[in-house]
Amino acid sequence: MIDFRLDDEYEALRKTVHDFAQNEVAPVIGGFYEREEFPYGLVAKMAEMGLFGLPFPEEFGGMGGDYFALCLALEELARVDSSVAVTLEAGVSLGAMPIHRFGSAEQKREWLPSLCSGEALGAFGLTEPGGGSDAGATRTTARLENGEWVINGSKAFITNSGTDITRLVTITAITGQQDGRKEISAIIVPSGTPGFTVAPKYSKVGWNASDTHELAFSDCRVPAENLVGERGRGYAQFLSILDEGRVAIAALGVGLAQGCVDECLRYVGEREAFGNKIGAYQAIQFKIADMELRAHTARLAYYEAAAKMLRGEPFKKEAAIAKLASSNAAMDNSRDATQIFGGYGFMNEFPVGRFYRDAKILEVGEGTSEVQRMLIARELGLR
Amino acid sequence: MTNIVVLVKQVPDTYSERKLSDSDHTLDRESADAVIDEINERSVEEALKIKEAGEGEVTVLSVGPDRATDAIRKALSMGADKAIHVSDESLHGSDMVATAKVIAAALGKVDSYDLVIAGNEASDGRGGAIPAMLAELLGVPQLTHARQVTVEGTSIKVDRETEDGITHVEASLPAVVSVTEKINEPRYPSFKGIMAAKKKPVETLTVADLGVDAGEVGLGSAWSTVLEASPKPPRTAGQRVEDEGDGGSKVAEYLVGQKLI
Ligand SMILES: Cc1cc2nc3c(=O)[nH]c(=O)nc-3n(C[C@H](O)[C@H](O)[C@H](O)COP(=O)(O)OP(=O)(O)OC[C@H]3O[C@@H](n4cnc5c(N)ncnc54)[C@H](O)[C@@H]3O)c2cc1C
Repeated sequence: MIDFRLDDEYEALRKTVHDFAQNEVAPVIGGFYEREEFPYGLVAKMAEMGLFGLPFPEEFGGMGGDYFALCLALEELARVDSSVAVTLEAGVSLGAMPIHRFGSAEQKREWLPSLCSGEALGAFGLTEPGGGSDAGATRTTARLENGEWVINGSKAFITNSGTDITRLVTITAITGQQDGRKEISAIIVPSGTPGFTVAPKYSKVGWNASDTHELAFSDCRVPAENLVGERGRGYAQFLSILDEGRVAIAALGVGLAQGCVDECLRYVGEREAFGNKIGAYQAIQFKIADMELRAHTARLAYYEAAAKMLRGEPFKKEAAIAKLASSNAAMDNSRDATQIFGGYGFMNEFPVGRFYRDAKILEVGEGTSEVQRMLIARELGLR
Repeated sequence: MTNIVVLVKQVPDTYSERKLSDSDHTLDRESADAVIDEINERSVEEALKIKEAGEGEVTVLSVGPDRATDAIRKALSMGADKAIHVSDESLHGSDMVATAKVIAAALGKVDSYDLVIAGNEASDGRGGAIPAMLAELLGVPQLTHARQVTVEGTSIKVDRETEDGITHVEASLPAVVSVTEKINEPRYPSFKGIMAAKKKPVETLTVADLGVDAGEVGLGSAWSTVLEASPKPPRTAGQRVEDEGDGGSKVAEYLVGQKLI
């Protein structure tokens, strides 16, 4: 039988990130969120703790941990705030991981140390204004000219792409045709490359202390060596990374769902109505019991997906299930939590309102819930 | 090269309910989460800073029951190099005098030390006298209540903060320093630090190993005895003073009534 007890070092990490989130993030994040400001100071502290290097080997300045360690850190951060959690998630699994997995020795040497230390942030641009779920919708092109890629097109909703410490965006672009199909490759575009413009940040419903921009490329030239991995494998590579990313997003959603339980347990012991603490009413107790159920089962789902991933077994279905269960838990729990908080639940000054706004994107980012269902169905043999 | 020994105590988490056991009025360790004392995270941080500014080795020394290893691991994961853990049934209920003796004896097991760093007081017992007692037993200078520490070669300078103000004191090493909350902000351990801590040496010693007579320590030989203990009474509702133009004098009357002014 599988044992879900955490090893000592995982538990110590979880506890450390828990303390960090409670002591450092919780007191200040509301202000950043309301000002829609990127929390550079918190990100620097997370970097100091080595969180951005968690799953990478020590030779590149990483912590020598694994993807599950990252998941535990994401869960504990998201229990307090999703913006800082997704900054870490995107920085690691979208910014640094593609280079670590598919990059050349030279690319790893150039980029990984600063990405692992958290001194620099990386981003990954796949989604375009014309479509995200469907890779066939990619319109951005890159053609080789005198040893350089000349890139034209645009990308939409790209996390971490425009901070002061962002150093690169890896983008997918059409680099030709193969058997009548678009050949999609991944290319590193360093920030500040002429012809690469970052639009002002979006006004978003949630994740307001996270950095998201639309990107435009107009005859943007980068060296031919900036190709990541094989030419024509850009999308396939990205998909393999996305499976891992789903487990990470699932962990983040579980954190949000658990954070809702934490906040409600505190609140229902204080708030009174009709002569009792509201926590004494069974209607409230059952809501919280259901919330705990959702957080707990979604956690088991992502633990299992992560366990399979670390054992090197196929985990596509488990990752999709974990992400779907977790985003559902986050949506349902944040709705229930804001309900339990009554009018205060609608106020930005309470974390549950923030959780409510932050939950929605979990049904969309890194594969929509429909896409997760498509993946599960396909794994069951349905075509 | 500055070799530093940091004294670390495991205490009940200040957020959990802390109580004394009914049988012998010693700390009920089972009823609360046990953590490294916050002030000791700062002591460790200060030791690491001194080490990082020059050279040296940081040894953690903890006297406490078996599960104090968790507090020791935390200190090691922050970056301390090795640890000595004195654990012995006979230590149960020891007072400060006995504890200081045991610590002094345990320091004899460290190859050589230039500096001992302690917290100014533990958050559970709050005796706050161990650093001074220890310095007396070792016959070295004591620089207590430090809010800033500078080591230069073989001398140490400390800003000592008390209610009366700040005193600048200086001594030659070896010495015992106790630090206050203001000394620094402790680091969070990294995952690499957590992994490395598993492999760092922890020497576990009994009082016999230290050459201390078990009869000199423990509840039985404590210089003072707790006869009775009761929990703090819950706070009662305050008294409300309505301001009908004479609020100021009513407040003053109240304070006079309480013999506060
Ligand atoms: C805050 C934020 C941050 C993001 N960060 C990044 C990033 O860093 N990098 C990046 O590349 N992208 C990023 N994205 C983009 C995100 O991954 C996409 O929005 C997502 O994949 C969905 O793509 P889309 O928006 O184009 O929706 P569409 O693909 O247009 O989908 C619209 C709707 O149609 C449904 N649908 C599509 N196809 C089918 C089908 N075959 N059957 C049934 N239903 C279908 C979808 O599920 C969805 O409900 C981010 C998005 C947001 C909002």
